[in-house]
Amino acid sequence: MSSTMTVHSSRPDETAPSVVDMSTTLGRFALPNPVLTASGCAAAGQELAQFFDISELGAVVTKSIMLRARSGRPTPRMAETPSGMLNSIGLQGPGIDAFLEKDLPALTEKGARAVVSIAGGSVDDYTKLATRIRDAGGASMIEVNISCPNVEDRGQVFACDPRAAADVVQAVRRVTRPEIPVFAKLSPDVTDIVSIATACVDAGADGLSMINTLLGIVIDTDTMRPVLAGVTGGVSGPAIRPVALRCVWQVHAAMPDIPILGMGGIRTGLDALQFVLAGASAVSVGTEAFHDPNAPMRILAELREALAARGFERLSDAVGRAHVA
Amino acid sequence: MPVQVNGEVLSLRRIGAYNSMTVVAPGVAEIAKPGQFVTIAVGGPDTSMLMRRPFSIYQVRERGVYGGTVEFVFSIAGRGTRWLAERQPHEPIDIVGPLGKPFSLPKQPATCVLVGGGYGTAPLFPLADALRSRGCRVDFVIGATREDRLFGALDAKRISATLSVTTDDGSVGLRGRVSDALPEVLAASKADVVYACGPMGMLRSVSAICEAAAIPCQIAVEELMACGIGVCMTCVLPVVGDDGATRMVRSCVEGPVFHGDRVRFDDIGSIPADAVGAPEPAPVKAGSTRQDVVRS
Repeated sequence: MSSTMTVHSSRPDETAPSVVDMSTTLGRFALPNPVLTASGCAAAGQELAQFFDISELGAVVTKSIMLRARSGRPTPRMAETPSGMLNSIGLQGPGIDAFLEKDLPALTEKGARAVVSIAGGSVDDYTKLATRIRDAGGASMIEVNISCPNVEDRGQVFACDPRAAADVVQAVRRVTRPEIPVFAKLSPDVTDIVSIATACVDAGADGLSMINTLLGIVIDTDTMRPVLAGVTGGVSGPAIRPVALRCVWQVHAAMPDIPILGMGGIRTGLDALQFVLAGASAVSVGTEAFHDPNAPMRILAELREALAARGFERLSDAVGRAHVA
Repeated sequence: MPVQVNGEVLSLRRIGAYNSMTVVAPGVAEIAKPGQFVTIAVGGPDTSMLMRRPFSIYQVRERGVYGGTVEFVFSIAGRGTRWLAERQPHEPIDIVGPLGKPFSLPKQPATCVLVGGGYGTAPLFPLADALRSRGCRVDFVIGATREDRLFGALDAKRISATLSVTTDDGSVGLRGRVSDALPEVLAASKADVVYACGPMGMLRSVSAICEAAAIPCQIAVEELMACGIGVCMTCVLPVVGDDGATRMVRSCVEGPVFHGDRVRFDDIGSIPADAVGAPEPAPVKAGSTRQDVVRS
């Protein structure tokens, strides 16, 4: 932050030469640059569009959409934590009908590329969602939020069971057009993330998004009760970044050819670079967008500069570079 | 449209038990309307406090020596507001605004009663200026727990037809709450409309009194927010829409100003069973003890 007063421009890097080829791919989805929003941190793009041109993002990842409208959890839904936050929104959203009728067209009309995140309580929910999205068109990629309780298995979270995760991925992959990649978004709250990742890839996932939030609790010492009405919530922000990097590292080491969309506490271009070096082909900026609505474009500019400073001509040359001894 | 500005602290001052900060924020001041708010990033560039702090706009000056300025009032309630209170003039400050829906103003000159609790009175001053410039009569009812927590009593007295003051401890004015003084003021002034800002409990009683008196009432809520721009879904309230349906709406973009009779105060902190998208009553399954962990 400089001490002079300047209105943030949508391109904070206007003076920096853009010599680095920032283009990347997530499966068959080609992106002009590797910075995306994170699901649940940018709604369906319109709010951030007040601050910058969202068509300049790699893509907008929309908030997980479910079959029906959903009111979410009671308040309080949020607590600030050291370098992070705990949230329990409960997937409040308009449902797939309103999303396909209004939100997705509004996003693509702005020239933005859309990665649609879907969430359900059963394999059948996910299948129906993916079918509706296929028939409507407009999505460049599907991100499957499998950190949801499976109503058919006593609320066991899909992402915590390789078999359940694979069932969802396979169902979505089967009904989605071949040119649209299907990414599974993995939870870090598992014993062995590589085994979940492998199960998803074997079931047809074109790539993996890592990581979702970590489950946490904050207790109010005055009321002596949990702060969140939902008791537990997801921890996000820079506090979880080392955990996210470890997950990306382990999965890239195990499956170097599988594209990874990395996320978890990215605040700066150097944070994004860590994810790229660990094996991510692209990154999502989540909680930082709450702190700085212009963060995605700032991080893109900073990442470009950081790559140039290290002599990279192409972003793709840096992907997984930290694994090279 | 809101803008994010790398602004500059112009001044800080104490107002009773409160602090106020004036920020040079070109682009914000020029378009701000009464009832809107700004958010401030606290803790500096490497802060561990990621949530921007929302503050109602107190005063704006469109033209200062350095450009438009915005003033907001705050109370030191934690690490973030303590950091704010320790700033010095000329330090940079990251400000986003103006945000949210402003108060709607009457089209014809009307008698308006403005009700403020604690520093919730602050955003009522630019509102009072706007109302008076439209030929409206303004009456103030302000209250606080004790005298030093009253905000703007002298200014309120200067610009209003009548000023009523309440304190919980009776240290000044009527001993009690603004809701104890309000019915009499409504009757005496023949109020056409009421505007209120303050704690949720106060807004609830003010809305109930206005509903009973059949006087339209606009309230500005102060809800817990993470982003302030409508993406995080933290600050929702159960609010009845024009179609009669209750939705969990974001107080940062659909508010912070609501019609008092549309907010379901009794249901804040829950999801009313008749809200759009409310969970269906779940059949109790044997052996189901797992905490629901939907992640968003």
